[in-house]
Amino acid sequence: MKSSHRLALLFIVPSLVFVSVFTLYPIVESFRLSFYRMILTLPWLGQKMVGWENYLDLWTDPVAWQALRTTLLFVAITVPSELLLGLGMALVMNEAFRGRGVLRAVVLIPWAIPTVVSSQMWRFIFNDRYGLFNFVLFGGDTARYFAPLADPRFAMLAIMAAEIWKTAPFAALIILAGLQTISDEVYEAASIDGATSWQKFYHVTLPLLWPALLLALLFRTIDALRVFDLVFVMTQGGPADATNVLQFYGYKKTFAEGMIGYGSTIAVTVFMISLILALAYLRALKSERLQGAAR
Amino acid sequence: MKRSLALALSALVIALYCLLPFLWFVLTSLKTPAELAAIPPRLVPSLHWGFYQSALFDHGLARYIGNSLIVAGTATLISITVGSMAAYAISRFQLAWTRFYLLALLAISMFPQIAIAGPVWNILNHLDWLNTYHGLVTAYIALSLPLAIWILTTFFREVPVEIEEAALIDGCSRLQVLRKVVLPLAAPGILTAALLVFIHTWNEFFFALIIMTDPDIQTLPVGIALFPGEYTMPWGEIAAASTLATLPLIFLTLFFQRGIVRGLSAGAVKG
Repeated sequence: MKSSHRLALLFIVPSLVFVSVFTLYPIVESFRLSFYRMILTLPWLGQKMVGWENYLDLWTDPVAWQALRTTLLFVAITVPSELLLGLGMALVMNEAFRGRGVLRAVVLIPWAIPTVVSSQMWRFIFNDRYGLFNFVLFGGDTARYFAPLADPRFAMLAIMAAEIWKTAPFAALIILAGLQTISDEVYEAASIDGATSWQKFYHVTLPLLWPALLLALLFRTIDALRVFDLVFVMTQGGPADATNVLQFYGYKKTFAEGMIGYGSTIAVTVFMISLILALAYLRALKSERLQGAAR
Repeated sequence: MKRSLALALSALVIALYCLLPFLWFVLTSLKTPAELAAIPPRLVPSLHWGFYQSALFDHGLARYIGNSLIVAGTATLISITVGSMAAYAISRFQLAWTRFYLLALLAISMFPQIAIAGPVWNILNHLDWLNTYHGLVTAYIALSLPLAIWILTTFFREVPVEIEEAALIDGCSRLQVLRKVVLPLAAPGILTAALLVFIHTWNEFFFALIIMTDPDIQTLPVGIALFPGEYTMPWGEIAAASTLATLPLIFLTLFFQRGIVRGLSAGAVKG
């Protein structure tokens, strides 16, 4: 027993070193720095402990609140849309038809495209002169062409569309994997009892699919909270901070303005929000599973 | 009959949804400058290769591709090696703390990048590793290890323990068992994990952006995001660069489709 512990440790230590130095230590360090005033462009200030001052500043920072609202809105709209679209796609892909294998491969393509590439692609689609978006909407009527990404009312919607396009197929694959664990016998039994297609979906598929849906929800929420690449490429947080999301705000403060202390405060806040959501979902999932086992 | 028609139609809609936007970008890359500047846009290009030439040689795309190959390739190789050892131990010695380690890795993979970005930059700065291949590679190894270990653990669990026990009885050491018995049996899984880590590191943008500020050493995503344009956006070149950055991934994905789906859902569905 003793030797198996030592052997396991020996195998695990190399990975533990990398992970500790480049993720665990940085998290702790971010917490520490969030209590300091440290500005790279004003090096003579040095590193000064300021207690909760950065957090108080954050609390009264209107841009930070706007970034929080924008981020939460982004999550609240993209994640349910992705799951609904993904569920629809998964239900189609779960049926038997010729070319199903091809379709399952094609669905992976948006997932495989680098986010930076899909961001540039959508930026071009929403271009006010050469973009497909205006062409589809207005055809040859070029006088009505406009630039959604330069308009505070539409910029965030455009970014959401780009996000949904890329991640709905991924959600579909997770949901499909869940659908495939439901055995045909359950459906046959429901048919014998005279259930309609809708009843089968609502009373059989949905409850059995719930754990997979919840997991997809968890993964997508935590990932959507981190949105950065799309905003960086498509709008740089503009126009007028309309698309300034938390990660972009943190990046800007830390790396563009050199506000290490304040940037860390934003970083810690984003981290805590993700952590709380992750824990809440994991609990929900756990109790869901326990109920499933009891049934 | 009505049902199968509806199915075929839905399948077609899904396929078009996935393919059309990117296809249009590919078509854009094959236009002439005059076709690109047409308003309203012309849909069908005259298959002109000019944008590829100028992207590759005037805008440094060839260099970005080279940098990405070096960084993603090296990071994948090391991450999979280190990750395989850990995943083997986790799958074979089901101890309380190895299980905790696996959960901790899942939590780490959910961190928002900004939560660790500043200190990571600081470490690399102190080591004088900013704007170096090994700097970004080291960060990528750490960042991709949680993903690698999760997928590899699932695949290692599928290799039956009995074969190993037989080899141990025959007098093989643990390392020999790992090298001669487990690795060959787990090879397809390891290949899948390697592919996923490679795609992950090839596409990574945030850390590449903050660590690689020197254009000579930047990777593809940074190059494409910051594509230099003096007065107007060089859309033709950006489309060409995007196509070249993506096509290898699409071929790899289509080729290894089954494995990838299994690898992705290994982490996601089984929890």
